[in-house]
Amino acid sequence: MLARKNLQLNEHGDLHHLLAIEGLPRRIIERILDTAESFVGINEREVKVVPLLRGKSIFNIFFENSTRTRTTFEIAAKRLSADVVNLDVARSSTSKGETILDTIANLTAMHADMFVVRHSESGAPYLIAQHAAPHVHVVNAGDGRHEHPTQGLLDMFTIRHYKKDFTRLTVAIVGDVLHSRVARSQIHALTTLGVPELRVIGPRTLLPLDAERLGVRVFDSLDEGLKGVDVVTMLRLQNERMSGALLPSASEYFARYGLTPQRLALAKPDAIVLHPGPMNRGVEIDSAVADGAQSVILPQVTFGIAVRMAVMAILAGATR
Amino acid sequence: MKIAIRNGRLIDPASGSDRQVDVFIAAGRIVAIGEAPSGWHGNRDIDASGCIVAPGLVDLAVHVKRGTLATEMAAAAAGGVTSMVCSPDTDPVLDEPGLVDMLRWRAQSFHGARLHPLGALTKELAGEQLAELSKLSLAGCIAFSQADKPIVDHQVLLRAMQYATTFGFAVWLRPEETHLAKGGVAHEGEMATRLGLAGIPSSAEIIALATHLELARVTGTRLHVCRVSTADAVEMLREAKRRGIRVSADVAVHQLHLTDVDIGHFDTQCRLTPPLRSARDRDALRAGVLDGTIDAIVSDHTPRPDGSKQLPFAEAAPGASGLETLLSLTLRFADAVGVDPAQALAWITQRPAGVANLSAGRIALDAPADLCVFDATAYRIVNRAGLRSAGKNSPFLGYELPGVVRATVAGGHIAYELAA
Repeated sequence: MLARKNLQLNEHGDLHHLLAIEGLPRRIIERILDTAESFVGINEREVKVVPLLRGKSIFNIFFENSTRTRTTFEIAAKRLSADVVNLDVARSSTSKGETILDTIANLTAMHADMFVVRHSESGAPYLIAQHAAPHVHVVNAGDGRHEHPTQGLLDMFTIRHYKKDFTRLTVAIVGDVLHSRVARSQIHALTTLGVPELRVIGPRTLLPLDAERLGVRVFDSLDEGLKGVDVVTMLRLQNERMSGALLPSASEYFARYGLTPQRLALAKPDAIVLHPGPMNRGVEIDSAVADGAQSVILPQVTFGIAVRMAVMAILAGATR
Repeated sequence: MKIAIRNGRLIDPASGSDRQVDVFIAAGRIVAIGEAPSGWHGNRDIDASGCIVAPGLVDLAVHVKRGTLATEMAAAAAGGVTSMVCSPDTDPVLDEPGLVDMLRWRAQSFHGARLHPLGALTKELAGEQLAELSKLSLAGCIAFSQADKPIVDHQVLLRAMQYATTFGFAVWLRPEETHLAKGGVAHEGEMATRLGLAGIPSSAEIIALATHLELARVTGTRLHVCRVSTADAVEMLREAKRRGIRVSADVAVHQLHLTDVDIGHFDTQCRLTPPLRSARDRDALRAGVLDGTIDAIVSDHTPRPDGSKQLPFAEAAPGASGLETLLSLTLRFADAVGVDPAQALAWITQRPAGVANLSAGRIALDAPADLCVFDATAYRIVNRAGLRSAGKNSPFLGYELPGVVRATVAGGHIAYELAA
């Protein structure tokens, strides 16, 4: 029964955990983006620290390794003056469940205020949120192929920064949507924020069967799908998908779905290109595009810190 | 033990009888219905006022593990189940007569439900070498199955069916094409897409069922299709029966109520095999039960320790504890589709008994005294404390369900009686 209620919001409709973009009201997404706006300035100052979360303990619990994401959360927490503990939890093949819940119980006993959780299985942060003490906040830092909400939010921040009004945009998400938690978070964020045309483009082996039900248009051809778009967001193709029954080879994938300057020219002239990183140059994206004038891939990383600061500050109730 | 069950409404789907009448039991058999036998001196009277007196339930799908037999026999009794067919995927697998003997002997010591084992169709359920079907049959196996381990090699499956049919043994198979289902944990559809869970497509069931039906047709095998879950499979079964193929089928009762949407935010109680499917599938399953395409409703009782469910969805063990909710969920289903409880009882008594070729599932003079006395108008809330099974894993925890079992008589013994 517990699993049926909305865990993310408290009884006042405020954010209590950040587990997924799906189900988040537009006002909360916009509040996070607005709050992040105020943190961008801090990150450009010489002294990049504010005391909003002084005395709070934030635990980065990574059941799946990711130095990049963990680092951005760590920087964000430190700039808010929180105490940060990083845990790379080795996953034992036996008693995995005991490991998760025991870990959570132990950390709660250490008076943790917030858990930032990355796990290779979809839904793991929900399990933790259900078993965490009531005062503890859980941030999903990526779960299986389900969602990566802070990545989705930083992508929204980036798009808003360059394009202002979501309600006039055509956005294309290109690549391995099936296995991508980033794509799911982006799709829910973009539809919630009112993007009128959202396209997903990829071979059918990498698109979910019922993609249309998520409110997107499905394109088989990259050339067709890119026509007239304002925003192109490329997805990383994992190495293990590049050969086998999903795709014949990385080079054939690039030939059909790699973003080259020629293909990008089909989009609007002022279109921007996003990528959640890390990039596979020459697989999903040509270096000339990745490093080109329309790429906003590095600003994404910078904004990512401000967005994660905003999420943590709002969860801790430090922004009112 | 001589028992009289008085003042109840006796419903026996097999004979079509539905009347206010007393039942008298002695030496494990029903000795009189109506008037007490002359000179009756009973040891016990059970007052069934306001209750239905039905045949004990026949559950065709129960998973028992070593060490939990005592609690699961108690769960069966509390659920009104007096005959249960157990799957061969015990530990160790039921592929040797000695193991079957031991299991049956241990089950009998509880004086509860009769346990009817399915034997393994192949050694260790590995799908390679035939198990000793004749010897297993003599030890008490009522049919042969692969549990949840499909035979991948169709030549082996063909030969297993031919061999079983030589001796008139039925073959029970759950249709699932291994490779299409590989890695999947939820119905492939919108819900799995949203939750980022690997899907099991409906085609995994449909392709396997087509194979099973065709091989049953060419071999003349008596085939029982276990745990149908998709709309298209129901239609294929309907057509197969029309064509005269010797096939029967069952459905897990939770499939008649829940869909993949009930997974909600990764509720591992809804991690089931086969997976909960779409509303369209559920409606087709309901229609299949109503028109007789599906012969029996089963619990697919799979008790699991709490720890195995307190995991991320994909890592959680599949299955639901079901013996104690089979009756209530069947009554709830009957209510939802506007069927009289008397008719609904056939799906959990007479019809499954027919599928398994058991003498159970009816109330008649000289029949085994297997009865369930329950109040169809009372409701109860399903909760952990109320479940006798070692497995507290039910997707229906917190549900208020109709039907409260007052007493269960199994083989002439009072196996369960609700404290007054």
